[in-house]
Amino acid sequence: MVFGNTAATGKGKIVIELDNVSYGYGGTALFTGLSLKLAPGSFHFLTGPSGAGKTTLLRLCYADLRANSGKVRLFGQDAAALTRDEVAMARRRIGVVHQDCQFLDHLSIAENIALPLTVADRIADAQNNLAELLAWVSLGPQAGQRPPQLSGGERQRAALARAVIMSPDVVIADEPTGNVDWEMSQRLLALLVELNRMGKTILIATHDLAMIRSMKSDVNARVLRLKGGQLVQAGADL
Amino acid sequence: MKNVLALIMGDPLADRAVPPTGISARLTVFVAAAMAFLAVFALALSLTAGRLASGWADDLAQSATLRLPADLDETNEALRAAVNVLQTTIGVASARVLEADEQRALLAPWFGPDIPVESLPVPQLIEILPDEEGYDAEGLRARLQAEVPGAVLDDHGAWREPLLAAAQRLRLVGWSVLALIGAVMAAMITLAAHASLAANAQVIRVLRLVGARDAYIARAFVRRFTLRAGLGAILGTVLALVALQGLPQADVAGGSGTPFGFVGLDWIWPLAIPLLSAIVAFAATRAAAFRRLKEQT
Repeated sequence: MVFGNTAATGKGKIVIELDNVSYGYGGTALFTGLSLKLAPGSFHFLTGPSGAGKTTLLRLCYADLRANSGKVRLFGQDAAALTRDEVAMARRRIGVVHQDCQFLDHLSIAENIALPLTVADRIADAQNNLAELLAWVSLGPQAGQRPPQLSGGERQRAALARAVIMSPDVVIADEPTGNVDWEMSQRLLALLVELNRMGKTILIATHDLAMIRSMKSDVNARVLRLKGGQLVQAGADL
Repeated sequence: MKNVLALIMGDPLADRAVPPTGISARLTVFVAAAMAFLAVFALALSLTAGRLASGWADDLAQSATLRLPADLDETNEALRAAVNVLQTTIGVASARVLEADEQRALLAPWFGPDIPVESLPVPQLIEILPDEEGYDAEGLRARLQAEVPGAVLDDHGAWREPLLAAAQRLRLVGWSVLALIGAVMAAMITLAAHASLAANAQVIRVLRLVGARDAYIARAFVRRFTLRAGLGAILGTVLALVALQGLPQADVAGGSGTPFGFVGLDWIWPLAIPLLSAIVAFAATRAAAFRRLKEQT
């Protein structure tokens, strides 16, 4: 089964594609024959019970893991055939909000947010849009603080800011509302919806069905459920 | 040159992304300093041995001595015959009979300055200086055997050649020690770089996740270790040169005018040690960093 709205949008190539992918470790298969297509500008929720493999699937999408079989294509290129430099270049087009944020604790929040520009030798760009980005996620006053000094919600917003600072084609978020209260989760999701309206492809993994229900009407989102190693489209039961 | 300047100047933000690890920093500076200190002495040994070998080789080629036994009955006649033989030998530039004062000076270190050479059975010596093409020593010996029986041609080879061989081996040992020092330094810096890379595994993972290329990540480590090794080597070299100057300046060649240490252009070598250390550190860290990074996703 293939998900996504390529035909509907008709906007160019599929940005991320998993084609008949299998993945497992320690002799246990997590997925078998899994396929997924993310069209440009599409919005997907990925849900499923804990341990179903949501995070693993996301990691396959940004080439942090390699599939045991099948093809993972990033922007039309076979991820398995990419050199390490090419993987790095592909990741600059994919902003990731990790479940545990993955900050460098010895740097300030502003430096962490600007890190993708720093490593791309485009730090001059940060002078222009870092302040604007900090304001967008309401973290201006916390810019000089270190990550451990921030609350869970502030860290998640900072992670989102870092994910989008390179103006990526795709934003992947792994449980972005996992450690925040309802109000904060609504703020974070509103930011992701705003990004989608700007044309970004969004893939969010979450087990929070209430949050999906509250957001589903705001965007033309597909909801995918990962269960028993298979990916199925969630129906009206959601 | 641009790349060298970029390496020295660095990128403050890139440097900040990788936090320094104290123990590996101190270890690298210490190892580089210790190795540079030893390298200076190995260099001094090697270069001094080289000068000795060269000086002795020149001596071998430039002089010989003809010795007439003291108990020869007709010494004066034998002396004239020997000088005649030498003056008519192709390849001999000059043959000079040593005066009594010169013989006395030669014996003075053993018997004191007032030794009565004239009344003692001391062999008569003739100094032989060859021309540029040299003479046939075996042919000359055969002529002397026939015309001045008992005369001994000493071209100094019997004692100079083993010394020359020893000096050459000493020079080889010096260069081998230098190579060993370079290899040990590379190994130690590789270990320190591995420790630093392992300590920063999470930092490296985050940098990779946000799109850093291996070359970018490696650059931060390479720059840091190269500068530390260079700094340590400067300290070690300066300390070694000070220590070298503090050594008693005895003439190690016993009269050949060769002090232990550096002379003239030799000084380029110790001054090059910090640069060579930095190059070794650069290569070792770069290889370690790329090897380690390939093990990570």
